Amino acid sequence: MHTTNQMKIVFPGISVNERTARSLVAAFLVQLDPTVEELADIRTAVSEAVTNSIVHGYRYQKGDVELHIKILEDREVYIRIKDRGCGIPDVEKAMEPLYTTAKEEERAGLGFAVMQSFMDKLQVRSKLEQGTTVIMRKKLRKSV
Amino acid sequence: MPVTIQLEAPCLTAILDGEIDHHCARDLREEIDQAILDYEPHQLRLDFEKVTFMDSSGIGLIMGRCQQMQARSGNVIIQNPPPHIRRVMRLSGMERIASIEITNI
Repeated sequence: MHTTNQMKIVFPGISVNERTARSLVAAFLVQLDPTVEELADIRTAVSEAVTNSIVHGYRYQKGDVELHIKILEDREVYIRIKDRGCGIPDVEKAMEPLYTTAKEEERAGLGFAVMQSFMDKLQVRSKLEQGTTVIMRKKLRKSV
Repeated sequence: MPVTIQLEAPCLTAILDGEIDHHCARDLREEIDQAILDYEPHQLRLDFEKVTFMDSSGIGLIMGRCQQMQARSGNVIIQNPPPHIRRVMRLSGMERIASIEITNI
């Protein structure tokens, strides 16, 4: 599919960059003039995916997170967030709402549920010891 | 993410301001829990009016405080969450555990 604009960022998987990532995505999307709600949805989904990479993928070990955002035809936003962390043994299980492996840190187990409900499409690919890639898409409303 | 703690015994209010994510959740948790220990309130009010962003880390934070308060037979009120934050809350089913109060209409 034709890409009209894109941005790639690589940053260390440290928690301060959760905010960096969602803020950069929001800044990049200004060109599409999204609604407040659309922007909030995407920022939240990005924050969830990046937090997952940091908390679960790297488990606070060093490692980079790659963020690739593309604007496709018909105001569709494509976002790919990739880590080279430990991977998810059972993706289906991990995507169940309220399932978490980090209870002691008060993780609610809702990251994927948020991504799923705030974006149109969510795809998760993971391989043990190789990492996890999350791809999300959302079509923005036609601008008036 | 600054938090201002106000006490009007037996009610403790934590006024949250800015963005709530995993990065700041631990500090918030420690600060609020310390205040719960110090003041032993019957009710904890979390004021969300000035919160501009929250992801599911905030849900974990609220749920954890609900447990703290339930353990001392108290309750939690979530005050004035903005619409988008309300959507994140709704997704978690949290509205069954904590009461939401809108006073800023």
